[in-house]
Amino acid sequence: MPNDTGPNFQQNVSRALDDQQLRKNFKFAMGNFILKRKQIFSDESETEQLRQIGNTIKQRALGQLPQLLERLEQNCTRNGIRVHWAETTAEANQQVLGIMNANEATRLVKGKSMVSEEMGLNEFLQEHKIEVVETDLGEFIIQLNDEKPSHIIVPAIHKNKQQIADIFHQKLPDTPYTEDVEALNAIARRTLRQKFYKAQVGLSGVNFAVAETGTLCLVENEGNGRMSTTVPPIHIAVMGLEKVLERLADIPPMLRLLTGSATGQLITTYVNMITSPRKPGEKDGPTEVHLIILDNGRSAILSDPQLRQTLQCIRCGTCLNHCPVYTRIGGHAYGFVYPGPIGKILNPQIEGLKKAGELATASSLCEACAEVCPVKIPIPQLLRRLRNESYTSEHLATVKDGGYKKNLMETLAWKGWEIINTHPQINAIGNKIMSRLGARLPRIGPLKQWTRYRTAPKLAPKSLHQLVDEEGIRHE
Amino acid sequence: MSDSSRDQILNRLHAAIGEQRQVIPEPAGLPQESLDRSQKIEKLKALMEAVRTEVHVIENQDWTTVLKDILKKRDLRTLLYAPGTPVGDRLPKAWMQESDELPELVTYDGDIEDFKEHLFGIDAAVTSTVGGIAETGVVILWPDEKEPRLMSLVPPVHIAVLQADKIYSTFSEALQTEEWAQNMPTNVLLISGPSKTADIELTLAFGVHGPKELIVLILNENR
Amino acid sequence: MSQESQKPEKVYYFGTCLMDSIYPQAGLAGLKLIQREGVQVIFPREQSCCGQPAYNSGFPKEAKKVALKQIRLFTENYPIVVPSGSCAGMMKHHYPLLFEGDKNLHRVRQFSKRVVELSEFLVQTLNIQLADRGQPIKVTWHSSCHALREMHVIGYSKALIRQLQNVELVELQNEYECCGFGGTFAIKQPKISGTMVTDKVTDIRQTGAERLLAGDCGCLMNISGAMDYQNVSIRSQHLAEFIWERTHAK
Repeated sequence: MPNDTGPNFQQNVSRALDDQQLRKNFKFAMGNFILKRKQIFSDESETEQLRQIGNTIKQRALGQLPQLLERLEQNCTRNGIRVHWAETTAEANQQVLGIMNANEATRLVKGKSMVSEEMGLNEFLQEHKIEVVETDLGEFIIQLNDEKPSHIIVPAIHKNKQQIADIFHQKLPDTPYTEDVEALNAIARRTLRQKFYKAQVGLSGVNFAVAETGTLCLVENEGNGRMSTTVPPIHIAVMGLEKVLERLADIPPMLRLLTGSATGQLITTYVNMITSPRKPGEKDGPTEVHLIILDNGRSAILSDPQLRQTLQCIRCGTCLNHCPVYTRIGGHAYGFVYPGPIGKILNPQIEGLKKAGELATASSLCEACAEVCPVKIPIPQLLRRLRNESYTSEHLATVKDGGYKKNLMETLAWKGWEIINTHPQINAIGNKIMSRLGARLPRIGPLKQWTRYRTAPKLAPKSLHQLVDEEGIRHE
Repeated sequence: MSDSSRDQILNRLHAAIGEQRQVIPEPAGLPQESLDRSQKIEKLKALMEAVRTEVHVIENQDWTTVLKDILKKRDLRTLLYAPGTPVGDRLPKAWMQESDELPELVTYDGDIEDFKEHLFGIDAAVTSTVGGIAETGVVILWPDEKEPRLMSLVPPVHIAVLQADKIYSTFSEALQTEEWAQNMPTNVLLISGPSKTADIELTLAFGVHGPKELIVLILNENR
Repeated sequence: MSQESQKPEKVYYFGTCLMDSIYPQAGLAGLKLIQREGVQVIFPREQSCCGQPAYNSGFPKEAKKVALKQIRLFTENYPIVVPSGSCAGMMKHHYPLLFEGDKNLHRVRQFSKRVVELSEFLVQTLNIQLADRGQPIKVTWHSSCHALREMHVIGYSKALIRQLQNVELVELQNEYECCGFGGTFAIKQPKISGTMVTDKVTDIRQTGAERLLAGDCGCLMNISGAMDYQNVSIRSQHLAEFIWERTHAK
């Protein structure tokens, strides 16, 4: 059903805005998240301090990213974790497949991982005849329905319980229709327990990787992450290279920021810190642990000091929750892996401006996201930067496909605007002419879009400059 | 193939950072509140109960008696425990005389490869902990050869025994005091309550893939 | 913050481009409110626009030229009072960013330091006391995004409204949600913008208020245009104009 993550943003937007059920589901969910975050971060000044700490920790880490990754690799290797490096998502997919094949494995269970979405891992593995089972409840639901996640933290948020009941009833064998949430959860638990039991490989993302100790930190509420990373004999962790932190001591504040921002919790049910595979004498845990470090354009982003801030993201999803645009169009409309404000700055940098640049215009720059970002990414500022890049001459641009939007009409329009606003006499004459042309301006060009929802603005008969003259206000 | 990717990636990253010796000072620490023991117990208990953990503070009693009372109230056939640990070693003796009314004591026999089927049929497990954190309401587990990782995950009921004098005010305090960075074990777990999810219409439901019940026994010996 | 800040002898007034051509009465009202407190107001005649439209749309070079033009007009060390959270935010917070690496940066910083939003100026610096001469009225207030998140002046604006004894302020359910204007956003993403302003109008109607007040002309233009389109009879007004109407002796 509606799962089109095709690149036609305007089409996606129209469809989303017309979908009353979708709008209702998102409005309810986002309102909830906003309230929860307010409650968990009720002390404003402490929250500000914490956000500043988060920002500093991430900036310091990014400022030494290669050194930290090398240290992480060293410590992981010393601990027995096998580290792989992938420049592209294709390479990362091959690495996962390679590990599966080396172990003759055909059954994989997955914890939630946005990087694995970026890789298109599920489709890739399925093409190679591997059973991939999403074990996070939200991911499980959308996997059954052949959909992509619409939110970073709660992938099935666009569905209400009737829709979910329907999916379970249609897609799971011997499953009656029930809207009771407890019953639905019990169905998922029963079904997935079998999968955990039988799985040969478990795959997870990484919330934070600690360079100092070679430790992978994962947070979750359901227990599916621990199941996936402890029961099967092989654990593969996939991670964007920007997720590495310098020290173990960085974990407490980052954890507080992540759980508070993502779900409004003081702490998740489980925090799972993995430093090695099963050691001699230990009875369980995977005997092999792999870490795949993915680049996919992140190293290019790092090279720009301003755009580098994009990499501070800890994937909490709170910018989505507070965004008036996301609330109305939902996650699928964005058409790329990452929705919401973070998606608007990340997707164009990964995919290039030609493909994803329009996302950067889909913001009123209201700053609601920047106000709550736990690591203080100045998203509106980065949106402006991407807009600048869209019109900059190609040879001066930093982002892929820079200058793709450059066109004569807009160039002239803004030049004209500049001339009017730097030449007071022209400005004054312009105002007089416009106000005489009639109270209402003609509905052409930009005004055509404006007047689909509003009446056109009326120009006043006398400008403020004229009124000020009449009042005899001093000019210096 | 991964090696040359490694080199390419690291080269690009080094070039990206370049000569920038932007000195960003260390982050400030948040003011850490320091609580006394009874405050820590109270805070931990309140936070854990808020996420549906059952918490018992045991002061002038044999904790195994409390454990037995808890188990008698439930219909459990088996209890997984760890011999060779201070917690585990108390149980066989405590079970004598009453074993008819109590779940059968079971040990983690062999590696998971051999024990898996049995493990997935066990009703409850009791483990020790290495501490707790009052600020967030969690118990800390360091699974090892004697207390494997899955003890606190697979059986639907998990009972954790916590020494009150090992409750830290904050996570940072725990990390620093115990010098975790010098000696990280295979796996560290922070657990706050029974497993839960709110993925369906944000309605909270307990008992998903991890245990449906978490019971914490806080041993608060009077000084 | 101390309310004992010294009352300046003179201030500059930056009227904003939207006030100039569409809401001049509101612009004048803001100016007169300051004058009435015994402060001399200076209005450099060559002022035009803060540059924000180009700055937000991907044309920083053009924005810089217009910004520099404005900066050169406000030469003396007087406060620069701006009756708009978004223009004030542009001049105060974004000018230094826009001019980073530019030889004019120091001069720009000196300018930006002096920028203050109107309601903050009236409350904090002038400690204005308002006597309401108007009839009882129910109003509601929209918090413009930059007034809220960049200039942090919403408290001052509402304090002014609350001083008016016969005015009942009913708050919006989603007061802090963007109205959907966003400058060229309304043109480039008309459907999303249109949906946002429609929701804002619904919220406004639910308050039962007779008047919608805001401190930003972009928002006012957007919301009033939408209410007009929907034949909603609630009038929109800039805060300065409302206050002047309610308090000045005829």
